[in-house]
Amino acid sequence: MSTDGGPGRIVLGIETSCDETGVGLVRLEPDGSVRLLADAVASSVEQHARFGGVVPEIASRAHLEAMEPTARRALDEAGIKLSDVDAIAVTAGPGLAGALMVGVSAAKAYAAALGVPLYGVNHLLGHVAVDTLEHGPLPSRCLAMLVSGGHTQLLSVAGVADEVTEIGSTIDDAAGEAYDKVARILELPYPGGPPIDRMAREGDPNAIAFPRGLTGPRDAKFDFSFSGLKTAVARWVEQAREAGKQLPIADIAASFQEAVADVLTEKAVRAAVELGLDTVVLSGGVAANSRLSGLARERCAEAGITLRVPRPRLCTDNGAMIAAVGAHVLANRVEPSPLGLSANPGMSVDTVVLR
Amino acid sequence: MLVIALDTSTPAVTAGLVELADTRPHSLAERVTVNPRAHGELLTPQLLDVLAEGGHQLGEVDAIVVGAGPGPFTGLRVGMVTAAALGHASGTRVYPVSSLDAIAARTEGNSPLLVLTDARRSEVYWAAYGSRKPYGVRERLTDPAVDRPEELPPRLEGLHVRAAAGESAARHAPDLGLEVVEPAYPSPEGIVAVAGAEVVAGADPRPLVPMYLRRPDAAAPGPPKSVTAERGRT
Ligand SMILES: [Zn+2]
Repeated sequence: MSTDGGPGRIVLGIETSCDETGVGLVRLEPDGSVRLLADAVASSVEQHARFGGVVPEIASRAHLEAMEPTARRALDEAGIKLSDVDAIAVTAGPGLAGALMVGVSAAKAYAAALGVPLYGVNHLLGHVAVDTLEHGPLPSRCLAMLVSGGHTQLLSVAGVADEVTEIGSTIDDAAGEAYDKVARILELPYPGGPPIDRMAREGDPNAIAFPRGLTGPRDAKFDFSFSGLKTAVARWVEQAREAGKQLPIADIAASFQEAVADVLTEKAVRAAVELGLDTVVLSGGVAANSRLSGLARERCAEAGITLRVPRPRLCTDNGAMIAAVGAHVLANRVEPSPLGLSANPGMSVDTVVLR
Repeated sequence: MLVIALDTSTPAVTAGLVELADTRPHSLAERVTVNPRAHGELLTPQLLDVLAEGGHQLGEVDAIVVGAGPGPFTGLRVGMVTAAALGHASGTRVYPVSSLDAIAARTEGNSPLLVLTDARRSEVYWAAYGSRKPYGVRERLTDPAVDRPEELPPRLEGLHVRAAAGESAARHAPDLGLEVVEPAYPSPEGIVAVAGAEVVAGADPRPLVPMYLRRPDAAAPGPPKSVTAERGRT
């Protein structure tokens, strides 16, 4: 029982699967709703910029440095004491092995010291569950499209965190990775999403017909491929440079972005229609992309589907999303993880709580 | 005083509950498991075991001392972050110590010696030690460093080192003309000994910074590779 203004149980969530150290606090209310109390994030993104991608050892070092200060910041933000916390949730996977181990070790120590249950939960489900903090309960079934630097997936989700089935995923690069690689080709900064989105607003999305991966009649219906698109952009740019042409950066960015958003939204809407799901949750770092969310909104509306997109701050990796999964499994009286838990870098989406 | 000792800088996963009285630490309960792949799994369960065996609660502990390495990256962080979170949750001070110092503190005798642990990639973490100070701590003669074992002889000149302790001693001491002595790993008593003076004085701990001694493996990317080169452009 928390002392923070009445009943309800407080869950502290820890996220360290990639380059953000996140600690979030939520309260599971007696009526089953979940309220966001705090969301503190420390990012090491700037330390990775000159390498053009996340360097695992640099990320792990940054997690260790940021862990306790970020936890303290979250508690201050929520105005509660650590002793008010009723459960600890932590990302057990998927993610970078060394990075996950920092968060899982910290979570175990907090759980052991406070004498509260520990839940090692699935990072991907966090991206779905986080939407309940902003838009309330999800319908009993929905389609989730997770798009970030690390994942590109279509999931059929029942009951937020009960039953999850992967409908499709990328067979090569994640969408966010394709953004980073194309940004490098165009000599734009890392991470590539925001600068490409900015440039694309000035460009013509139909200027260059870049390929739409895996959209042939015999291709896997709900899987994605972005490696061919990235190569097509590289080839186009190289040929233009050889011909001594001035690069139309804005048009390239807009046309690349259009190809990504087109494939993602087309497949998501088709999956929702075929599975009879009337709600799509679009989440992950790339969900903040203006064209992706804009096109998703258009196409979902046409198909009579409700689109839910958490605010950008909740779309990127954070501790609140992990606390949200923790609150849902706590509400469902799921058995906690043992303190001998090992992080699982390749944790599959159908595992909600790792044992 | 009741002190928790943690160390994950070597393949040994170490947790102990130590009584620090007068001039020497005394182990009440300890768990040491040599398993380089299980730091993340074993440390917290082992800590709960030693508290239970010692008949104490975390809340009764006066200080936490943790080995800050040097040690290979991933495992080392388990002990550090566990100590930080325990300290935060229990409001207890956390003192980082050199894991090499902890090994040196539990060696026998008084003659100068070398401590060597495995840094992988054919290198060792090492430091040379001299005479004893309070709590049995040895005076450090060199700064902790990471080198290939064959690079050590010139560095040891004039230090009169005759013996070697630490997990890599058995492997490299013969080539260096040194006698192998115990211990191979940091023990809870050794860990607490190194911070003994600070703990007893209630000193403010130094920042909890791990001793990596190596930079992360990371290279800035070169210019993007040509995608058309394979088509005969040379
Ligand atoms: Zn993510």
